Amino acid sequence: MLAQTVGLWDILVVLLYLFLTAFLGWVGYRGTKTASDYLVAGRKTHPFIMALSYGATFISTSAIVGFGGVAGKFGMSLLWLTFLNIFVGIFIAFIFLGGRTRQMGHHLDAHTFPELLGRRYQSRFIQVFAGLVIFIFMPLYAAAVLIAGSEFISTAFGISYGAALLIFALVTAAYVVAGGLKGVMYTDTLQGVIMFVGMGLLLVFTYVEIGGVTQGHQTLTDLADLVPAPLAAMGHQGWTAYPQFGFGDKKYDLWWIITSTIVMGVGIGVLAQPQLVVRFMTVKSRRELNRAALIGGIFILMMTGVAFTVGSLSNAYFVKQGALLTGKVVKVVSEEKGHAILGLMKQNDVGQWVEVVDEKTKEGKKAPVVLDKDKPFLDEGAGGTVGRMAQGRSLAIVYAGGNSDQIIPAFITSAMPRWFGLIFMLTLMAAAMSTLSSQFHTLGTGIGRDVFEQVTGGTQPASSTRTIVVVRTGIIVGLIVATTLGYLAHGSDIIVARATAIFFGLCASSFLPAFVGGLFFKRLTKAGAIASMIVGFLTTAFWVLFVKAAEAGSIGLVQHVTGGKTSILADCPNWPVVDPLVVALPLSALTALVVSLLTKPPSEVHVAKCFSPPRAE
Amino acid sequence: MLGIDDPYVWVAYVLCIASTIICAVYGLITWNRGDEPVVVEDRWA
Repeated sequence: MLAQTVGLWDILVVLLYLFLTAFLGWVGYRGTKTASDYLVAGRKTHPFIMALSYGATFISTSAIVGFGGVAGKFGMSLLWLTFLNIFVGIFIAFIFLGGRTRQMGHHLDAHTFPELLGRRYQSRFIQVFAGLVIFIFMPLYAAAVLIAGSEFISTAFGISYGAALLIFALVTAAYVVAGGLKGVMYTDTLQGVIMFVGMGLLLVFTYVEIGGVTQGHQTLTDLADLVPAPLAAMGHQGWTAYPQFGFGDKKYDLWWIITSTIVMGVGIGVLAQPQLVVRFMTVKSRRELNRAALIGGIFILMMTGVAFTVGSLSNAYFVKQGALLTGKVVKVVSEEKGHAILGLMKQNDVGQWVEVVDEKTKEGKKAPVVLDKDKPFLDEGAGGTVGRMAQGRSLAIVYAGGNSDQIIPAFITSAMPRWFGLIFMLTLMAAAMSTLSSQFHTLGTGIGRDVFEQVTGGTQPASSTRTIVVVRTGIIVGLIVATTLGYLAHGSDIIVARATAIFFGLCASSFLPAFVGGLFFKRLTKAGAIASMIVGFLTTAFWVLFVKAAEAGSIGLVQHVTGGKTSILADCPNWPVVDPLVVALPLSALTALVVSLLTKPPSEVHVAKCFSPPRAE
Repeated sequence: MLGIDDPYVWVAYVLCIASTIICAVYGLITWNRGDEPVVVEDRWA
């Protein structure tokens, strides 16, 4: 079992990893001679580096710990997100969008995602608006990554959550500020390899622990009658089943949460992620993208496929090998399977059994359990089972203290050998740092290149040194905001997955129609793109502030409007859990189409330049 | 199938593996295709 202390080996391995990361960051720094090197890695990236960098940036601790924990709570239905991650995030992104993005990025000499949009539509406003959206909201996603990584470090190694948060943020920012995108992509590659090995071992170990593939899945399927009552009321049908589908009743809430927020929000949102799109502009030809698709597909399957499977299967592990819980049987769920609900109790200092009280609700804690096969009861009661003192093992969410972000850390700490805990910690450090580095790089270039340069009219040579200063200052500001958010939001329900989904959805609604339209449709106009971006952004903002109960309730503005309700649609079942993307993306796309048809087509000369075929050098 | 009864879940399993294979096959088939570096015509020099 993974101990709660940090040993000499841990320190040495972590130092070796940090040394290798620093060395690769330094190699990137040495190779950074031009603005093109700093911003798009010189446009000559090897396909292996590009694929692993894309994958390692795409997959963070948010995916492994945050969404893995969501799978532990909601089940294997999250595998639909893995399918979209591979099919949309790799196949469609690399094959259909990547080639055109690279080509247009080269023709327009664009170095950032906002710059690509701005030059495609010949609009300074678009570049500045996109840069500001990225600079202001990217820290939300960075905070999600920081929280997930820090949760594991603090659980596994007994470091305080705040200290883990600071270490992560500072180490990552250090090599981004120095190395630019070259340093980021070199370190991403090392981190991608570590992640691949770590997740591969995790999958094998997990199936070994629960008795193999079929038996493990069957154990999980058999737990369906232990779904906690609040989740069952939302439509949870077990960890190997998709939630109940329908609309207009609270029992369909979970279907809409998983389908609209988790699967679609992130699965489609990936196409408009600025830190991922810029990677298409780092390769010199389409051939590199074709080769990268092969590596990317396998990498993503090993990341999210494993995280979501293991997250779900952690329940099968805990009901067989988790720590024994004791209490009075308050309900028998299945006599045959030994499934029951316990009112949890513990012995006090003088050996008396006392009720375990939930600190939040001040009521006695209850837990669904599988009664211990060897000694299910602690008393000699006669007659019925209800009321007897019993012992059994419960679900992952119970051992995680009700916080789904703690499920994966709790599982690794409980189920895996000490040495694997160290490997998995490196896997998570790599996953977090590879994503954070790109987030901070994108955030910095967003405020420096896309906002500062455009607002000050600075495309003259003299402004470049000032721009780099602004980029680096932007990175530091973003770091402070993300770390503060990570500290304040820590512990909220599925906060990692929610914060990630909000950012992905916001990017999709604001940028996706203008981005995809700009790549494929010559008729899309500057006015159409601007209107689409504003409508997408405002619709998402309105939905998050006033409709989506989880976020609107936390922000609190909606309560002033509705007199205390968490959503203006609180009385309409399902709407308060529907993701903004479901409404904002279609509206944004429709706006782009209608406004473009009503406005003057773009100049033929400019369109010809954007869409001109590649020529040999 | 493999201890999972709900078709909505095992179809997702199959699609995950199928899409990975599609990416891999596409990558292998086009391994040497599409080698067309472009001229950068445009101010940052």
